[in-house]
Amino acid sequence: MSSLITKVRLKQIEQLLEKGKRLDGRGLRDYREIKIEQGLIERAEGSARCLLGKTEVLAGVKVETGEPFPDTPNEGVLTVNAELVPLASPNFEPGPPDENSIELARVVDRGIRESKAIDSEKLCIEPGKKVFVVFVDIYVLNHDGNLIDCSALAAMSALLNTKMPNYEIKDGELKIKQGYVSLPVKSRPITVTVAKINNTLIVDPWLEEEQVMDSRISMAINEEGNICAVQKGGSGYFTPQQILEASKIAQEKSVEIRKKLDW
Amino acid sequence: MNEKPEKLIDKKGIRSDGRKADELRPLKLQVGVLSNADGSAYIEHGKNKILAAAFGPREMHPKHLAMPDRMVLRCRYHMAPFSVQERKSPAPSRREVELSKVIKEALEPALFTELYPRTGVDVFVEVLQADGGTRCASITAAALAIADAGVPMRDLVVACAAGKIDDTVVLDLYDAEDKLGAADVPVAYMPSLNAITLLQMDGILTMQEFEKATNMALDGCRRIYEVQKEALKTKYMVVKEAGEE
Repeated sequence: MSSLITKVRLKQIEQLLEKGKRLDGRGLRDYREIKIEQGLIERAEGSARCLLGKTEVLAGVKVETGEPFPDTPNEGVLTVNAELVPLASPNFEPGPPDENSIELARVVDRGIRESKAIDSEKLCIEPGKKVFVVFVDIYVLNHDGNLIDCSALAAMSALLNTKMPNYEIKDGELKIKQGYVSLPVKSRPITVTVAKINNTLIVDPWLEEEQVMDSRISMAINEEGNICAVQKGGSGYFTPQQILEASKIAQEKSVEIRKKLDW
Repeated sequence: MNEKPEKLIDKKGIRSDGRKADELRPLKLQVGVLSNADGSAYIEHGKNKILAAAFGPREMHPKHLAMPDRMVLRCRYHMAPFSVQERKSPAPSRREVELSKVIKEALEPALFTELYPRTGVDVFVEVLQADGGTRCASITAAALAIADAGVPMRDLVVACAAGKIDDTVVLDLYDAEDKLGAADVPVAYMPSLNAITLLQMDGILTMQEFEKATNMALDGCRRIYEVQKEALKTKYMVVKEAGEE
């Protein structure tokens, strides 16, 4: 990461940040433009594409039936997976998921799971035996920074777009009826990432800012303004005061983003 | 360790394992427990039993992973198959891969990586028995192992969790509280530098609760820090005394 080019860039970025500006013309607390398109993959039960500036993530949802976990016999199962597809960046390589894609998937998963976004008890067909399994697959198509926020938006939009098979149980047998029902969604978390560059906090870091940042912190915020998941990343640190400031920024930004979305 | 308490905290504010809200579990730290590692440490935190070893700074293998301008820190967090109730497959799970990454990022701010170009430091953490809060105990032990290996550090890194059980914010969750509680906030900290190097959270907390939990965890870190320093001194005071004879 710390090539000669990024060191020159770091100086430029730092000088601009002192004046409250950023390389791409944004203010310190400005997000890039968010565009969401739902339902573009007909074969998937739900899908959405999210554009955050030039960062592009496609999320697809497949719903299947399977067995519940033994400790939650009457709850459906949620699985989130993320693929850093090689066509999205010269630094992504084909092969099994690396630590970055596993972290991305688990952070998005935690936001959805801990905010109880899906009413998992409504996904139970037969306690202890059969439940709906919701697979969320995150496909990064273009990497221009802040994959976490973009993926979380894409995943949530795809879940809101998901149609499940309509079923009934007759004489202990599962019958699929005509038509579809919406996935039972209870909450709509929004994840906000704050990055620290040289003791300045900015939101929504794009690629070059990510390459020079000290550290980042991502927070999933629900409708009530409560925090549902947090992840610090990067090899730098935050002071306790910066953490508090970041949580306030995350709360404000989540409200602002929520107003723009038609969720 | 498999009994599930009905109430996590009673009316008097006593938790299911008999602790008060801001009380830590018993803690034992030992430095220099493995002879083949450059540095090592063992931690017992409640029923957690964890070994950490550090190697380096040494040549990177494979070589192409070396960085021309700094040292590379690598971490592996791994749980023994017998460390939990149901046998865990020894293959690294997604959870272990993520934890390895966040532990590395929690330790890295303490190192002067730019002073050791083209080298690598490897940290291996083996959880022998898990009882909730293993990532925190692992960081506390791993920092000691790195210090024991003689790698210069800005400060020791110490970690502790706080969380919410029923409606109370409490310190240092153990297994049952972690599983049945409302939220868990692990924090890693360098006390002398006032720097938070790891912060994660799951569960639902209001902003006030989040702030309270973070501060409580930081307070726990400061208390463990004293035990950590003592453990390091214990080994090297003995070495010094032997040298003086």
